[in-house]
Amino acid sequence: MTKNQYIPFASKIEKVIRHTQTEYTFRMHFDGAKEKVKPGQFFEISMPKYGEAPISVSGIGDDTIDFTIRRVGVVTNEVFEHYEGDSLLIRGPYGNGFQFSDYDGSELIVVAGGTGVSPVRGVIDHYAHHPEAVDGMTAIVGFKSPDDMLFRDDLKYWDAHIDLRMTVDSAKGQPGYREGFVTAVVPELTPKNLANTKAIVVGPPPMMRFTIAGLIELGIPEENIWLSQERKMCCGLGKCGHCKIGNTYVCIDGPVFPYLKSKTMVD
Amino acid sequence: MGYIADREQFSDFIDKLKEDYEIWAPKKFKGGGRFSDTDAVRYAVIESPDEIELNEKSAYSWKEAVLPPSETLFYFAENHAGETEGPAKKKLVFLRSCDLAAVKRMDQIYMKNGDPDYYYERRRKDMAFALIGCSESCENGFCVSMQSNMADNYDFSVDLVDGHYRLDCKKEAWDELLKMAGAASADVVPQRVTENKVKVNIPEDLSYKVGMSSMWDQYDSRCINCGRCNLVCPTCTCFTMQDVFYDDNGKVGERRRVQASCMVDGYTDVAGGGSYRQKNGQRMRFKTLHKVLDFRERFGYQMCVGCGRCDDICPEYISFSNIINHLEDGMKEVRGND
Repeated sequence: MTKNQYIPFASKIEKVIRHTQTEYTFRMHFDGAKEKVKPGQFFEISMPKYGEAPISVSGIGDDTIDFTIRRVGVVTNEVFEHYEGDSLLIRGPYGNGFQFSDYDGSELIVVAGGTGVSPVRGVIDHYAHHPEAVDGMTAIVGFKSPDDMLFRDDLKYWDAHIDLRMTVDSAKGQPGYREGFVTAVVPELTPKNLANTKAIVVGPPPMMRFTIAGLIELGIPEENIWLSQERKMCCGLGKCGHCKIGNTYVCIDGPVFPYLKSKTMVD
Repeated sequence: MGYIADREQFSDFIDKLKEDYEIWAPKKFKGGGRFSDTDAVRYAVIESPDEIELNEKSAYSWKEAVLPPSETLFYFAENHAGETEGPAKKKLVFLRSCDLAAVKRMDQIYMKNGDPDYYYERRRKDMAFALIGCSESCENGFCVSMQSNMADNYDFSVDLVDGHYRLDCKKEAWDELLKMAGAASADVVPQRVTENKVKVNIPEDLSYKVGMSSMWDQYDSRCINCGRCNLVCPTCTCFTMQDVFYDDNGKVGERRRVQASCMVDGYTDVAGGGSYRQKNGQRMRFKTLHKVLDFRERFGYQMCVGCGRCDDICPEYISFSNIINHLEDGMKEVRGND
């Protein structure tokens, strides 16, 4: 008999990390996370009474997974009513996630905006800790303002170990920040070998569109670009239909897609 | 084996089946129609063969037998979730060829797109199907164009001709029941529609490019995104999760899945207020291409079975077969402009 994948299981909140007023990371217990979960995959967080929301994994420990959640809807509001030691009901992991083998040995560029940093945090962090696995690593991350920065501790580590470039839409008068969009940074990149340069782009749809246009302008082959799509996955199992784009189900075929595939997908 | 049974014999046969099966069939509800003094034909659990509507087409399809419009998945009590009980009885569903073809589409999504679906499977695995023959084409159907007029994966077929039930039984165990009921052997072939008044033509080079044509614009205003077309469709599979909590104890409740419609607001909402396909014309394009393009790309055959129920139910008299037939003009408009 088929397994009932709709019933969530309780997972304990081991730690809550506060990034901004509205964005916290919830570190959840998940046995064997390191083997079972990949960056870019997602879980359904289940709040009885409020429903479910698909949330990407923003970090993977030996037996923990992180969800970096912005308080924007009924489900996520309710998640914020939970504290360390409480449990949340979750189910997953779902989706394909990023495959390190796609990027090993390349000159890797990761461009991410706002909460779009969450799904790629595991990728950036992996190569920041294993710089020898790539032939150079650049991360361009953008936030609305210094107050909206996520993963401050990671940013420090990344800044020391990889080429990190950060932008803020507005510095709100604070010194030391570069104002502007991530798209403005892309033309400044100087990859050594374009054919071996690979890129991952995650963020709001217009940001992804313009960033990818910039990367192609730079000469990076289209087949070397990946992105992650955000849709409303109600089931995560290829059934409910909400995330379907053309002949593709984002939940089971994605959410990570090669750009060559993604550019043919029309909502 | 073929049989001819009179009313008594057929009734005996159904009574025997009722020991193991819940019988789902189209049934006429007097005065239950959408306009005054009209009847409704819908699916219901029936007790006697006289209740089975063998002539008129049902407004809603067979699918509620396997996918209830609202289905409780499990109950919550604080942080515990308890699964609902499965169906107590097997189901025998009376349905026409178009709907029988739709069973395959429903199975495709629920059993073969990713892992099998637990709740679907537990209903579906014990289901049997009785084909209702079609002596003539229904008004808006285009089953011949969609090649769903000859579906033959039934357990038995039934045609009521001159007061006699003509049956083609494929299940040996049920052959015995029919013989016991006294049905006479005969050569029986279910009645089939071989021509519809409505015909559709799907362009061979149909592609997503057709989304750029102006053919969808009229639906921005004509379509009122009520979603009825999706709910009556025998092949529409989408659902949305819905949590319900009890008034007298807010810690206890249930999670349901309810049928969803890609035409209705909210279907694509993502966190933070974003959504895709705001215009009704874009939603019409999305639905149309699912039915006649992208399902085929993914699974190798067309999703739409041409039952025409979407045309029957649309309060704005939008015809889906007309839309399909306009795809050629739509493609003409966009061919070549890459």
